[in-house]
Amino acid sequence: MTELTSQKDASLAAIGAATTLDALEEQRVGALGKKGWVSLALKTLGQMSPDERKEAAPAIQAVRGEVAAAIEAKKAALEGAALEAQLASETIDLTLPAPSVPQGSIHPVSQVMDELAEIFADLGFAVATGPEIEDDWHNFTALNMDESHPARAMHDTFYFPDTAEDGGKLLLRTHTSPVQIRSMKAQGAPIRIIAPGRVYRSDSDATHTPMFHQVEGLVIDRDIHLGHLKWTLETFFKAFFEREDITLRLRPSYFPFTEPSVEFDVGYANEGNRRVVGGHGDDEGHDWMELGGSGMVNRRVLEFAGVDPDEYQGFAFGLGIDRIAMLKYGMNDLRAFFDGDPRWLSHYGFSPYDQPTLSAGVGVKS
Amino acid sequence: MKFSLTWLKDHFETEATLSEITDALNAIGLEVEGVEDPAQRLSGFTVAKVLTAAKHPDADKLQVLTVDTGAGDPLQVVCGAPNARAGMVGVLGQPGAVVPSNGMELRKSAIRGVESNGMMCSVRELELGEDHDGIIELPDDAPVGHNFADYNGSSPVIDVAITPNRPDCMGVYGIARDLAAAGLGTLKPIAFPSFTASGACPVEIRTDDPEGCPAFFGRVITGVKNGPSPDWLQQRLVSAGQRPISLLVDLTNYLMLAFGRPAHVYDLAKLSGPVVARRAKDGEQVLALNEKTYALDDSIVVIADDAQVHDIAGIMGGEDSGVQDDTTDVLLEIAYFDPARIGVTGRKLGLASDARTRFERGVDPAFLQDGLDLLTGLIVELAGGTASETEQAGAAPSEAKVVSFDTGLTARLGGVEVPADEQRRILESLDFGVSDRWEVTCPLRRNDIEGPADLVEEVVRIHGLDAVESVALPRMEGVARPTATPEQQLERKLRRAAAGAGLNEAITWSFISENEAATVGGGHWTLENPISEELKVMRPSLLPGLLSALKRNLDRGGSSIRLFEIGRRYLADGEYPALVCVMAGEKTGRNWAQGKAVSFDAFDAKSVCLELLQAAGAPVQKLMVMDEAGDFYHPGQSATLRLGPKNVLASFGAIHPAMLDTFGIDVPVVACGIHLDAIPAKKAGGKGKGGASFARPSFTPPALQAVTRDFAFLVPDALAAGDLLRAVKGADKANIVDARVFDLFTGDGVADGQKSLAIEVTLQPQDKSYKDADLKAIADAIVAAAAKQGAELRG
Repeated sequence: MTELTSQKDASLAAIGAATTLDALEEQRVGALGKKGWVSLALKTLGQMSPDERKEAAPAIQAVRGEVAAAIEAKKAALEGAALEAQLASETIDLTLPAPSVPQGSIHPVSQVMDELAEIFADLGFAVATGPEIEDDWHNFTALNMDESHPARAMHDTFYFPDTAEDGGKLLLRTHTSPVQIRSMKAQGAPIRIIAPGRVYRSDSDATHTPMFHQVEGLVIDRDIHLGHLKWTLETFFKAFFEREDITLRLRPSYFPFTEPSVEFDVGYANEGNRRVVGGHGDDEGHDWMELGGSGMVNRRVLEFAGVDPDEYQGFAFGLGIDRIAMLKYGMNDLRAFFDGDPRWLSHYGFSPYDQPTLSAGVGVKS
Repeated sequence: MKFSLTWLKDHFETEATLSEITDALNAIGLEVEGVEDPAQRLSGFTVAKVLTAAKHPDADKLQVLTVDTGAGDPLQVVCGAPNARAGMVGVLGQPGAVVPSNGMELRKSAIRGVESNGMMCSVRELELGEDHDGIIELPDDAPVGHNFADYNGSSPVIDVAITPNRPDCMGVYGIARDLAAAGLGTLKPIAFPSFTASGACPVEIRTDDPEGCPAFFGRVITGVKNGPSPDWLQQRLVSAGQRPISLLVDLTNYLMLAFGRPAHVYDLAKLSGPVVARRAKDGEQVLALNEKTYALDDSIVVIADDAQVHDIAGIMGGEDSGVQDDTTDVLLEIAYFDPARIGVTGRKLGLASDARTRFERGVDPAFLQDGLDLLTGLIVELAGGTASETEQAGAAPSEAKVVSFDTGLTARLGGVEVPADEQRRILESLDFGVSDRWEVTCPLRRNDIEGPADLVEEVVRIHGLDAVESVALPRMEGVARPTATPEQQLERKLRRAAAGAGLNEAITWSFISENEAATVGGGHWTLENPISEELKVMRPSLLPGLLSALKRNLDRGGSSIRLFEIGRRYLADGEYPALVCVMAGEKTGRNWAQGKAVSFDAFDAKSVCLELLQAAGAPVQKLMVMDEAGDFYHPGQSATLRLGPKNVLASFGAIHPAMLDTFGIDVPVVACGIHLDAIPAKKAGGKGKGGASFARPSFTPPALQAVTRDFAFLVPDALAAGDLLRAVKGADKANIVDARVFDLFTGDGVADGQKSLAIEVTLQPQDKSYKDADLKAIADAIVAAAAKQGAELRG
């Protein structure tokens, strides 16, 4: 048996020394192959007596097992080392840039319009639209501004040479208020709508552009009064700016299409170069900022729109969308809104996944 | 309009502070646009007495003064004014004071080596006038050390915006009346200087146009002495932003600014014959006081004598009969003109004036004789002379409006409970007459009052809008209902899909230039009064505006620009929604992995276009790719996507180089445009049959695996790949679920005029696996279908 033992020791030593899978295979064939010494030793068992065999077999089997295990272990080790070496050779510089994916953006005006729609939907307002190329009747006459009305001159209207069917001039709507008339004519009362959209005034300087965006609000029902208007504006501004400390101030004013008419201001604080909405305008470091006009719809307007003013009454308001977008998101140049500069659009625009929802808050914090 | 606090207090007794007054003005609807306090500008300037004056050792024109400031030791001041001398009293600006005329802060300094501790000031330096010949000389008894602003009687100037419905507040007195109603003080009665009228008016006064000029009152004053106005008058006019001219002119302006009552003074020497209000004759002209000549017509009311037109009624007087310094005899005119006609005339002539603003809004018809007497009294008092009796032609409207008022309306409309007696007090304090039965008689000057809602406004604004409590709008039960229309949902979805595809949303002008419009077939709507040639025609397409934006960005060095806009295109028959994308420059910049930069091509436009149409819910699988995308596209690299041969949903492709040239763009641009109005709407949801619903058609993924088979065809060059694909897909609709081109080859092994298209077909077995015979049958059908398109299976 000493021969078997010495063969085993020699074989284990050679397996241990193998540095390649080929050398290892050579050892396997030499030991476990058909003509290998382990196989030859196993063959000797057939010539033995049962007693001899009983004694010799376990020893040979044990040697066979030991050698086989050593080969397996060495094979795994060599394969592992080979893989490691291969992977090491495949190392790449991951500080190199990955392919870039272009990031699109939503324009702040669109985002804010979606915010408006979301907030006002919760208050039961639908979104109405109307033409931008309007006729004189809808833009002025039906809003209680007849031909000679001095307020007309304040509108800086863009006119077309074309005339409407009724002979009135066609023009670019100077406000979203004609949508009030069209909506009431189409669906009567009661009604709750907002009407956001483009409006036009022949005016252009640092803070005015000839095209801008306005949103109109209209509520007509049986018992609507100024208190409802105040609540609606307060509630909207609280939701829009996501602040509970919004303070609204109503001031008497004049619009031909409302009576009584009020302008609304909100309190704000100057923080750095920015106006931050919130707080009472008379408080230290605060002031008031006019945000829009409103009032109880003039009964003549209701009559023009085919609504019985003895049965229905309500309020309307209008405010600048670009303006409240600037206040909320901190832009300071209105002209940049309409320039189409991707650098500005990327900076002030919004991710397509920022769809305003009430549950997440309609606004997007930076 | 602007007025000083002092002026307001001429008519208004009050203990209120400036800020209480401005708060009250805002609260009652007379919006304060600004308050300028000269006292603040003049802080640091005091009355000072020059004690000694000596020549400057190193400068001929300078003197070294010692000045008594009223406190502490006298200061040494270097002064260049020729009138500076010992003993005079003047105005000293001490270090720290800011000179109003140039904004410079005064400092202790050395002037030619001599210390100077301040500056003795001229009238111009303090912006009190033009005089700069020397320093201000005050009376000897001026209190040395006293704040100069106080001494000078300067008063804060309040600037209020008067809304067009309140011409009665276009005079200080009307504002005082409103403030008194708000409880801030007491309105003083108008002080009429007394005078004696003697003799009939020597000039015949007439109105030949009772519609345009219902009332024309006149009076002659002889023997007046014109000249500069007294200080109090000048100060008031200056506070209103008016330049004092001469006593006679200033007094008419004073009447207008203090009482909202325009008047006109003619130099009697320049008139001949009766003075008549009449329509102008076509072709008549007048040289107005602004030194411009206006051509008149028969819609315009004028005041004229036998010789010529002297006044565009209610708007501006004529230069020829205006008063001069040597004028001695004058005719005063106070008239009432039809407000609407004044507005029409003013717009027609493009002529604005303070008088027009008041007349077209409506002056007080009850303040003609009083206004005339007030003006006469002031002239006689300050300029002397003898006044005639008044000559009155016609009469101003005198029928007061009576409104039946229900005090409950204040709460129903205004949302605030105001006790009836308080409502009565408010209305009466504004000169409304209130009967026991609440028949409310409106003062004639309040032509804005039409009905009960206007009275609610009067009550509520004086009572205070702060008293209006917020009341929640009634809310529909349950969760808020969806409100967006299908069109709105489509726009929102597309907007976010386009941004998701890597495009920046732009908003460009709705109006473009005529040239730009011409590149897309011309606009249908051209503005009569555009703000510029660049913003003149309503865009028939969003493309030009976006190309202009591209151009701007390329000029700024942009190298890869992706923009889209959703907006209206303005066509002859209406406004239609569209989405346009433009992509310019590099799709991917040069990079370490792929090397060179890659430009956008028409397939990038196609890809975005289809992605967006998919997002819009358009039946993308059914769309046909056809040509005729439009002249502004590259004719060989553009197409339309149509649902049926006539219904164009979208177009895409490379923009025509000539078009790019027009916009000055020198890189390739690809674009796509989608007509949102052409996308078929999903059938309306709701109760009706066949409406869209939340439940999808039922579907279970097939149990058996799909298999793919490849086919390579030789086809004529001209055959569109899409046509071959459609034929292949149609060969066995039960089994073929997809087919796509994975190789396009021309060249070696492919004959001239032919190309090789390799197509991978996906087959989906249904209830049992395919046998060889099944697959062969399908393949034969595919080859046969392809053959009908002229395709030959490659060996």
